[in-house]
Amino acid sequence: MKISRSEVAHVARLARLALSDAELDALTGDMDAILGYVDQLNGLDTAGITPTSHAVPMANAFRDDEVRPSFTPEWAQLNAPQPDPAGFRVPRVIE
Amino acid sequence: MSLFDLTLSELRTGLDRREFSSAEATRACLERIAATDPQLNAFITVCGESALAEAGAADRLLADGKAAPMTGIPLAMKDIFNTLDVRTTCASKILGNYVAPYDATAFARLKRQGAVLLGKVNMDEFAMGSSNENSAFGAVRNPWDTACVPGGSSGGSAACVAARQAPAALGTDTGGSIRQPASHCGVVGLKPTYGRVSRYGVIAYASSLDQVGPVTRDVRDCALLLQAIAGHDPLDSTSVDTPVPDYAAALQPDLKGVRIGLPKEYFGEGLDKDVRAAVEQAVATCRSLGADMVEVSLPHTEYAVACYYLIATAEASSNLARYDGVRFGHRTATAGNLIETFSRSRDEGFGPEVKRRIMLGTYALSSGYYDAYYLKAQKVRTLIRQDFLDAFEKADVLLGPVAPTPAFRLHEKTADPLQMYLSDIFTIPVNLAGTCAMSLPCGFSAAGLPIGLQLIGKPFAEAELLRTAYAFEQATEWHKRKADI
Repeated sequence: MKISRSEVAHVARLARLALSDAELDALTGDMDAILGYVDQLNGLDTAGITPTSHAVPMANAFRDDEVRPSFTPEWAQLNAPQPDPAGFRVPRVIE
Repeated sequence: MSLFDLTLSELRTGLDRREFSSAEATRACLERIAATDPQLNAFITVCGESALAEAGAADRLLADGKAAPMTGIPLAMKDIFNTLDVRTTCASKILGNYVAPYDATAFARLKRQGAVLLGKVNMDEFAMGSSNENSAFGAVRNPWDTACVPGGSSGGSAACVAARQAPAALGTDTGGSIRQPASHCGVVGLKPTYGRVSRYGVIAYASSLDQVGPVTRDVRDCALLLQAIAGHDPLDSTSVDTPVPDYAAALQPDLKGVRIGLPKEYFGEGLDKDVRAAVEQAVATCRSLGADMVEVSLPHTEYAVACYYLIATAEASSNLARYDGVRFGHRTATAGNLIETFSRSRDEGFGPEVKRRIMLGTYALSSGYYDAYYLKAQKVRTLIRQDFLDAFEKADVLLGPVAPTPAFRLHEKTADPLQMYLSDIFTIPVNLAGTCAMSLPCGFSAAGLPIGLQLIGKPFAEAELLRTAYAFEQATEWHKRKADI
């Protein structure tokens, strides 16, 4: 086994996914098979190889720090599940 | 011949000569959508009234002699592009009726020229899939055989163009999501070089791989549509500031002096016999057009799928963290606290494939596994990219199949995610290398399903790629066949 059910449950907590028991069972099998497949990469010697994060060479794109028009709070809240003049309303965080 | 049968360039000519109006062309497409979409499910949202209003505005521009290349052309957009006035779902329940507060740059450029938005087309949820079966809005059917998938993730884009619901569409390609459905639906699809087209306002899947591109009925249309969307965008810091050549001017009917490389790994075992025969026939056609054929090797091809499914899922797990039920999208009705709001909203809103990829990516990035999985994959990506740079020392363009098989049947691969992933073996390496590639029709299987030819170009050599594709297309008749729907 490349991954256990309890490890999958731990990853689900990290990923903020409230998976059902049935989903955890299915994902344990799926992830085990996929991780088994990707193991083939260990057959390649990559010592001294520089990792690629982007295929096209790029540099930081700087711009002047100027004041420009931006979204109004009302505009930014158009899709909010619970809009509120003060921000985005969520369940109480601190009791 | 009806107006919906016309290609983008035929529409352009007819509009400019005032043979018909944009309103008439748009109405013909809308009627075609109404007549055929119950069988295909290519559209998530059809824009009826707004499309006709935009067409009316385009007709006034035409009357005033102010037409740009896309003025009055009806187009479909994959539902991954943010559009200010039309909902954007990314084929996910978690976005539901999300209406973006701004336009994606690629769409804004078309809109500024007076193009008409016919609607937003179906796709695999968050562009994760190879069959378009992972949509919260139902699977799309292949116009050539409705028992088959159209490919994915831009399945709606390819199906709507093949079914002549729209003359052209935009899609996105992260691991083959333009080329593979284009191949399966018998249309032309191009994935530009990473950085050639702005990703601003395109809902992110894997940011170092995602790229926007056209889906059209022929190569000339592909050149015209790429022209309209390519170029630097200050709003996308990864878009590259190099000049955009005149793509249509590059189209020539011969291949004299063009060196075409045949990657031997793309012709190995597991290639369907009809696909092999069609691609080998294409090799002969290119040779007869004056191309020099050379064998090349992309030795790390077999590692590409594994490499991709670590990098893409890692990036996806990070990109999709934003869907938390707080600022937009679906929020659970049952949460008692904030963590439950996040976790339950996400569990209720995402489909199974999206969850699978978030989980895999989260694992690959998690403490203790980062070096073994994510960093290792990034190093293998360097080797894959180097394969292409080496091959391009010997060849100007590479040629091979797009997919190992023609379109498969619905449900055929849904039970085994790994088998589904392996159907992208010939398209994924191009995204990892960041270069450009396209699919164009090169034959049909015994069962009558289209087969696509893949041409791969050097970074930012889209003009050369289109030239090669055009010469092949002009020497063949495959692009003239129409799906019987």
